[in-house]
Amino acid sequence: MIRLTDLRMNLPGFTLEDINLHIKPGEFFALMGSTGSGKTLVLETVAGLTKLDNGTVHIAERDVTTLPPEKRGVSLVYQDHALFPHLTVLQNVMYGQRYHNISKAEGKSEARALLDTLGLSRLENRKPGRLSGGEKQRTALARALACRPDVILLDEPLSALDPQFRGELRRTLKDVHETSGATFLMVTHDFTDAMVLAERAAVIKDGRLHQEDTVSNIFRRPITPFVASFVGMTNVFPATYCDHGCSFAKADFKDLEEVPAWAKGFAALRPEDVIVGAASDFPSDWCILSGTVERLERVGFTWSATVLCGGEYFTAMVDRHMVLGRGIEIGSEVTMGFSRGHLHHMQKNGD
Amino acid sequence: MFSSLPGRIFQGWMYASATLVLLFIGLPLATTIAAPTWEIFLETLTDPDVLNSVWLSMSTSAMAAGLAFVFGTPLAYFLARSEFRGKKFVESMVDLPIMIPHPVVGIALLSITSPNTTFGAFLQSMGIEIMGTTTGIVAVLVFVGMPFYINTAKSGIESIPQRLENVSRSLGAGPSETFFRVTLPLCWRYMLVGMIMCMARAISEFGAIIIVAYHPMIAPVLMYERFTAYGLKYSQPVAVILIVVSMLFFLLLRTLSNPGGKER
Repeated sequence: MIRLTDLRMNLPGFTLEDINLHIKPGEFFALMGSTGSGKTLVLETVAGLTKLDNGTVHIAERDVTTLPPEKRGVSLVYQDHALFPHLTVLQNVMYGQRYHNISKAEGKSEARALLDTLGLSRLENRKPGRLSGGEKQRTALARALACRPDVILLDEPLSALDPQFRGELRRTLKDVHETSGATFLMVTHDFTDAMVLAERAAVIKDGRLHQEDTVSNIFRRPITPFVASFVGMTNVFPATYCDHGCSFAKADFKDLEEVPAWAKGFAALRPEDVIVGAASDFPSDWCILSGTVERLERVGFTWSATVLCGGEYFTAMVDRHMVLGRGIEIGSEVTMGFSRGHLHHMQKNGD
Repeated sequence: MFSSLPGRIFQGWMYASATLVLLFIGLPLATTIAAPTWEIFLETLTDPDVLNSVWLSMSTSAMAAGLAFVFGTPLAYFLARSEFRGKKFVESMVDLPIMIPHPVVGIALLSITSPNTTFGAFLQSMGIEIMGTTTGIVAVLVFVGMPFYINTAKSGIESIPQRLENVSRSLGAGPSETFFRVTLPLCWRYMLVGMIMCMARAISEFGAIIIVAYHPMIAPVLMYERFTAYGLKYSQPVAVILIVVSMLFFLLLRTLSNPGGKER
């Protein structure tokens, strides 16, 4: 549905390079990255709001690279809603219909139906200034849908919302995607949003794509250290590999289930897979390391510890009883354990 | 309360200065307004020369404001929305008419429109005369008033997030539809204020006008002429009429551009 080929754009202090993406019809695709990664730029490129130095944009098998935004059949939803402040909710929703051969009467009933689905019916005569954040975002969504677009572009649709509205709008987005049949491209810095909503995703950093895959593959098998830490594998260490095992943090780990073919790479672990405890408590086939506690933080009902071990910092989970009962504190010598199966290996640095 | 002495001195200075400024503006004007006797004032009020000059002042200034709106808005939009090398230079050029001495404006306009230049010859062939005509007056007023309109309109356009225009485009509206359905409805007040400023500046113009068009006489030129020919006593009533008419007109426009309750 959307095909981006070899996009390149040079801006002062920033370069977007080698962006190749293919988003399938009807798909919910998430483009993830942190602030300043260039993800919104990619979105605006699809919308036709920026000028490319190189590359082509195809939407629905049509080359739209040189077409202005209004000819592309995409609707844009911004993080800050960008509702027209001088128009009412209903007028906002009906704004674009006249450009899509939708008659006024038909448009009005369609707009009302959309407002009804999104729970905005009683607000149709309000001006945006008197709406809550969630209501504004739903209005913006209705306005985008009312043009019957092939593609909906969402720029961080959830990040400006209070936590109580986020879950609600996530469900709304999912429902709307399923019923409308449009292709959704969402830009987000929050991996959880992508997990809930998207089927496939890509991760971008400093204007380059690091990985494009299904969301669950990105979550389970990130291919660069950046993607790994983005999806929560925050323990990433340079590692060397040999016949049956790998070494990192000045320790060797033998008998891995699958040993990567490369000699040098990175090993990663999720903090929740590394447990601080007594060596005798761990299953016999676990890897065990010892180190010094550098920091202790409370995370919900458990504790998270930063442990210095072999010159590397590990983030690990600590059972509450370990802190309270066995007296772990900063400076304590502790042992950590993890299952070999939780080790994840990567070859490329990605930069 | 001894510790707040510096505070009280500061407050005293604030009040005293504000009063001084208001007196400085208000007193000379009040004296002018109060000066003429009723007989002379009534006599002036029925003097067709005076009425014509006030009308000419108001109408040419309004025309200048209208022209500034039509031709200045695109430049204001361009300056508000784009970044380019040399933007500072263009902005300074727009501001230039504020700074240069008024007679210079008149001289510059006359020299470019003199029949000896290509442009002047072209104008003449079209039957457009600058020297001593209403057209000439309006040209001068547009020249001196334009910066006020452009700067105000520009800050109005800048106050509208570009994202609103982006969304409008993505919903299918072209650039002109976006301008008329989003940009203009959101910043017409700024544009109106800009036109008021432009017109206000135009009404007060004198220096450039006497060079380009002594006749037909606008109110400031008439005042000057009465002053040199008959003295202060006969120029004051003309001033009073111009001040009162301007005051009323601008009060009306200000009310229009900023109604009491802000609707949102």
